[in-house]
Amino acid sequence: MIHSLFLINSSGDIFLEKHWKSVVSRSVCDYFFEAQERATEAENVPPVIPTPHHYLLSVYRHKIFFVAVIQTEVPPLFVIEFLHRVVDTFQDYFGVCSEPVIKDNVVVVYEVLEEMLDNGFPLATESNILKELIKPPTILRTVVNTITGSTNVGDQLPTGQLSVVPWRRTGVKYTNNEAYFDVIEEIDAIIDKSGSTITAEIQGVIDACVKLTGMPDLTLSFMNPRLLDDVSFHPCVRFKRWESERILSFIPPDGNFRLLSYHVSAQNLVAIPVYVKHNISFRDSSSLGRFEITVGPKQTMGKAIEGVIVTSQMPKGVLNMSLTPSQGTHTFDPVTKMLSWDVGKINPQKLPSLKGTMSLQAGASKPDENPTINLQFKIQQLAISGLKVNRLDMYGEKYKPFKGIKYMTKAGKFQVRT
Amino acid sequence: MSAAPAYSEDKGGSAGPGEPEYGHDPASGGIFSSDYKRHDDLKEMLDTNKDSLKLEAMKRIVAMIARGKNASDLFPAVVKNVACKNIEVKKLVYVYLVRYAEEQQDLALLSISTFQRGLKDPNQLIRASALRVLSSIRVPIIVPIMMLAIKEAASDMSPYVRKTAAHAIPKLYSLDSDQKDQLIEVIEKLLADKTTLVAGSVVMAFEEVCPERIDLIHKNYRKLCNLLIDVEEWGQVVIISMLTRYARTQFLSPTQNESLLEENPEKAFYGSEEDEAKGPGPEEAAATALPSRKPYVMDPDHRLLLRNTKPLLQSRSAAVVMAVAQLYFHLAPKAEVGVIAKALVRLLRSHSEVQYVVLQNVATMSIKRRGMFEPYLKSFYIRSTDPTQIKVLKLEVLTNLANETNIPTVLREFQTYIRSMDKDFVAATIQAIGRCATNIGRVRDTCLNGLVQLLSNRDELVVAESVVVIKKLLQMQPAQHGEIIKHLAKLTDNIQVPMARASILWLIGEYCEHVPRIAPDVLRKMAKSFTAEEDIVKLQVINLAAKLYLTNSKQTKLLTQYVLSLAKYDQNYDIRDRARFTRQLIVPSEQGGALSRHAKKLFLAPKPAPVLESSFKDRDHFQLGSLSHLLNAKATGYQELPDWPEEAPDPSVRNVEVPEWTKCSNREKRKEKEKPFYSDSEGESGPTESADSNPESDSESDSKSSSESTSGESSSESDNEDEDEEKGRSSESEQSEEEGERKKTKKRKKVAEGHRAGSSSDEGSDSSSSSSESEVTSESEEEQVEATSWRRKTAPSSKSAAAAKEISLLDLEDFTPPSVQAVSPPMIVSTSLVTDLEGLTLTDSSLVPSLLSPVPGAGRQELLHRVAGEGLAVDYAFSRQPFPADPHMVSVHIHFSNSSENPIKGLRVGAPKLPAGISIQEFPEIESLAPGESTTAVMGINFCDSTQAANFQLCTETRQFYVSIQPPVGELMAPVFMSENEFKKEQGKLTGMNEITEKLTLPDTCRSDHIVVQKVTTTANLGRVPCGTSDEYRFAGRTLTSGSLVLLTLDARPAGAAQLTVNSEKMVIGTMLVKDVIQALTQ
Repeated sequence: MIHSLFLINSSGDIFLEKHWKSVVSRSVCDYFFEAQERATEAENVPPVIPTPHHYLLSVYRHKIFFVAVIQTEVPPLFVIEFLHRVVDTFQDYFGVCSEPVIKDNVVVVYEVLEEMLDNGFPLATESNILKELIKPPTILRTVVNTITGSTNVGDQLPTGQLSVVPWRRTGVKYTNNEAYFDVIEEIDAIIDKSGSTITAEIQGVIDACVKLTGMPDLTLSFMNPRLLDDVSFHPCVRFKRWESERILSFIPPDGNFRLLSYHVSAQNLVAIPVYVKHNISFRDSSSLGRFEITVGPKQTMGKAIEGVIVTSQMPKGVLNMSLTPSQGTHTFDPVTKMLSWDVGKINPQKLPSLKGTMSLQAGASKPDENPTINLQFKIQQLAISGLKVNRLDMYGEKYKPFKGIKYMTKAGKFQVRT
Repeated sequence: MSAAPAYSEDKGGSAGPGEPEYGHDPASGGIFSSDYKRHDDLKEMLDTNKDSLKLEAMKRIVAMIARGKNASDLFPAVVKNVACKNIEVKKLVYVYLVRYAEEQQDLALLSISTFQRGLKDPNQLIRASALRVLSSIRVPIIVPIMMLAIKEAASDMSPYVRKTAAHAIPKLYSLDSDQKDQLIEVIEKLLADKTTLVAGSVVMAFEEVCPERIDLIHKNYRKLCNLLIDVEEWGQVVIISMLTRYARTQFLSPTQNESLLEENPEKAFYGSEEDEAKGPGPEEAAATALPSRKPYVMDPDHRLLLRNTKPLLQSRSAAVVMAVAQLYFHLAPKAEVGVIAKALVRLLRSHSEVQYVVLQNVATMSIKRRGMFEPYLKSFYIRSTDPTQIKVLKLEVLTNLANETNIPTVLREFQTYIRSMDKDFVAATIQAIGRCATNIGRVRDTCLNGLVQLLSNRDELVVAESVVVIKKLLQMQPAQHGEIIKHLAKLTDNIQVPMARASILWLIGEYCEHVPRIAPDVLRKMAKSFTAEEDIVKLQVINLAAKLYLTNSKQTKLLTQYVLSLAKYDQNYDIRDRARFTRQLIVPSEQGGALSRHAKKLFLAPKPAPVLESSFKDRDHFQLGSLSHLLNAKATGYQELPDWPEEAPDPSVRNVEVPEWTKCSNREKRKEKEKPFYSDSEGESGPTESADSNPESDSESDSKSSSESTSGESSSESDNEDEDEEKGRSSESEQSEEEGERKKTKKRKKVAEGHRAGSSSDEGSDSSSSSSESEVTSESEEEQVEATSWRRKTAPSSKSAAAAKEISLLDLEDFTPPSVQAVSPPMIVSTSLVTDLEGLTLTDSSLVPSLLSPVPGAGRQELLHRVAGEGLAVDYAFSRQPFPADPHMVSVHIHFSNSSENPIKGLRVGAPKLPAGISIQEFPEIESLAPGESTTAVMGINFCDSTQAANFQLCTETRQFYVSIQPPVGELMAPVFMSENEFKKEQGKLTGMNEITEKLTLPDTCRSDHIVVQKVTTTANLGRVPCGTSDEYRFAGRTLTSGSLVLLTLDARPAGAAQLTVNSEKMVIGTMLVKDVIQALTQ
């Protein structure tokens, strides 16, 4: 299975290596660097690179390449999934996963990696178990450790691995018992030039933050579970119960976790909450182009659209842009040709617009492509699919928890072709 | 890294011992230098008594290891601390040890005793971690110690330790492969482990050590399938992938019949019918077809695997979803593969690396099973923000999915892609258009025109790519495209990309007769610029010259010679060679080379059009989802996916020993013979869902109960059969089933007759256990039909029930009422087995159908007393057999006995006075009943789901008796089988007014499982629904006339309290049923 792991930053330095079997020389990464060079952009580095004796499987996150070295046949997704799990664990431990943070916590990182794999086969990947084994560093604990000389390593041996619910620690205690659920839906859409929808889908997740004492058993039911077309669960969810009753029944992990992700069937027409009017034109003769975008609300169910950000990758021929926004701020990076306009909240009475001219390279012919516009936005208090949580019940514990449910709609991969 | 030297300068100042922060920030330390003095510091720190200093030193050392710096010279200092009490120091020492033990083997041995001590620790977690480190030290000398430790740990009490042992197996194997045999023994032992914790790890070990020992899996196959859903994600991936291979060796291809049908659908369908002219329907015909064309019946174990993996498509782990997807792709019948598409499409939302892998697999699948992904076409549309490698793969999938109907949308999409800024992607799009054009004839011209338009694109790469694709397309139908060739010819002035120029030249040469005027001119231009061209273009110039010379030598003779002369002095020897060769071939010389006569044929031979096909074609011979598939090359250690076997290997190898509790009460009787029988019947005890095309079930009128006949039942049921004479029968069973059971029924009847004649021969159980249920049913059915000819003392109704239950009952007195014993065997299956098999009921499974076997209703009722009937006594009983003539009717067995001295003649039903809706199917007239004799007739009554009495007259030749039959409410329904999930679903629909709940207290006498079940089933003709919890009982049935569901739940609580719930649309029936059941239970 997984032989070794190398962490490589964007400038090509190997800043951490871990071996679970005998040592593989770091020179194996030369093949990776070669591929990296060929791929011009980091995200184009092939995730699987064969070398004469090894295979390099990598993921790229937070500007770090996590390169796993394997020697024999293994399902590539197995390794990729594991590497992502490593990144998630680091994020969970340190808040962010970046090169300086990993370097600062190298010992904890090493200990965590040691526990996650045994002889290259995953051993403990649930962050709850890991946190029992190796406590995540906090400022307070670091100070205390410095003074007292105590350690990050849990002095109790992990019992989580033996439990039937490996995702939950035993003996959890809170003074305020609370359970929050965020229903977050993202709209993925491609809108064509004329404003009609080419494809639109809703992908949703329910993220939970559960801080409950003891071993609570929760059930969550929906008003309209039929909306959910395709679902995937956290392992804690009892699948059979869902199959038969469309109820989510589970013993929650402690803390933050993703309970469910779902897809709303494509048959339901997706309401597109915003529209973009655009007028981008290059003229053959002149070296100036016109640029005009207006963003407006469409089907928002009476809710305000916030946090609107418009980005667009301009063609190479564009040298600079002089634009005036009616609200918000905009930037144009002449090197990467990236235009970004932070609109903020849309006021339906006065639609935000961005107008101006583009200066093109003199003499060059006009670019053949108009840029695509990527949109980000947020709508609070609304799940665009209409999904509604009916009720949340708790069994198994006596106290009364505080429950909260929040809805939000966001733009996922929302593109407007022009 | 550039910071390192800088730090090494200031290290002297900051690295004093006792500065703990230092270790927390290794980046700021000079510890990465190779300064040995520094290591001396560390050694000192390690030698102190202070844990904090040791910890400090270890942290720095680990930081060095993490950076890839050599810290091996510290080994002696570190290894001393292996027994340190501080747990973090200890852990870090372990880390160090595992890293360097290989290099310092002798010194590493010093630590071994610590671990050996750890192996004996009472705490399981310490035992496990000791084993883990011990096995991770790659020192060959300790192999025997490791072996011993693994063996011991494999039988440890704690599953966690056993899991660690499983992990240690591959470690030891990689250290010393000579241990293989011993390790296999350990693996075998661990494979038998029943905990989910161990399953994943041991299969991993199996895959690494002995993937070829497929025989080790047999006995554990079912268990693995059932545990699968509870194993952690990583284990699931490994197990699924192994089971895919296993299934390929053990089961028959589910598509073998389909492929036959596909080749020649009409013929295959009718053909089978012709074979069996007398067969009433295709199913029947198929059932009795010759063995060589045996219809495909899915092995129940095969079905089990498919069913148990399906829910895992909902896993959050992409690896698990992919593993299930490949399993379905490789193992499932065509109709079922579709379920994976949705889950795979979902993965496309994941990280780009996951997308990359998934798209590769989707690309392969979409070639084979295009229809599967067609509904998701739009999910593969490309966004400008996708990385190029993802774009190209999506394009591949879109191309594979394009067909006649969706091609317009696909092409419109492609059109937007062509304007992308990403030129590699544009090039790929053009190729994709080319492929669409070749695959779908209808759009070829459209595509071609589009591509020709692209020729005026400003980007040269785009133009060049278009030319190459156009060339391939034109080659397919050159005649109509003279115009395009002309257009291309004009392009030679502008296009600089060699590949494109070469393509144009080749086209002009090949189709010079379509452009007779232009071709020589192009040659002229090319001759002019010949020296400046790229090699590949030069070769094509020679080629063009030669072809023109052959077709149009008048105009081009000089030009050709000029070109050939130029080529003769070219720098590239390929070109010189080609020129020489061409000259010899086309220019007639004195020697008159034999070949030159054929030159025209050689150069202008018709050339086959190129095939534009996906690079993913034929990749599916690699197991999907594997590394080898992704790379399209065999990776080290790849296990070939075997082909389906021609003949299914013996399925009985998967049978496992029966646990004690299935033993039947009357087992003592036949102790000496029980062994073989035992294992045989247990063979069916897995969840043997009879495959969809079970011939038996289809051909039977009472298919409802018999088609569900599966093994859960047979494990109990077969116990009731008497000893089994033919031991090999289980292998025979399938065949004999197919031979149609008519023969068998006869045989069976003979047996029954044998019994009546007083013989107690037991040969009756030669039928396979799995089919016994259905046979019995069919038998009793025939009995009913032929009831008139059966005039014997015995009461066929009770007898058939008895036969169905327990043949030994036949030895008992004829009038034995359906006893408790008769009902008990199915109940033995109850909770524990049901719980075990619970996992199987996830889907549309059918389980424990024995529970459906007709349980005779409450004993006989009197219809006519012998005094009132002047010697004719008539009783009736509800047999609970489906009434053959009309499924809505309740079949009532009417038992006549003549206690008078004269024969009674002409017994029949007369002048029924029936309430609305109720109808009667009379029994055939009984001509004569001799004194002292009795007979039975069957009549059907449609009570129209009410408990109103059916009044009718019973006529003899001389008299008429008014009689009436009032059914208990429990007889108005027939059992249906459903899974727990279905039950719950249905129950959810029948709430509110349709739900009747009553509390009751169960008397002490009826608190055991089987008594409760028996009481309920006697009261009402319901089928038991398997249920996960031990103190809940569920039953389901449908009313006979309207087919409304009747669901009964009995929730037993401690101390006899219980709650009875009946859900039914028919509220009246529900209320009455509650009353009746409570009465039965509380009596």
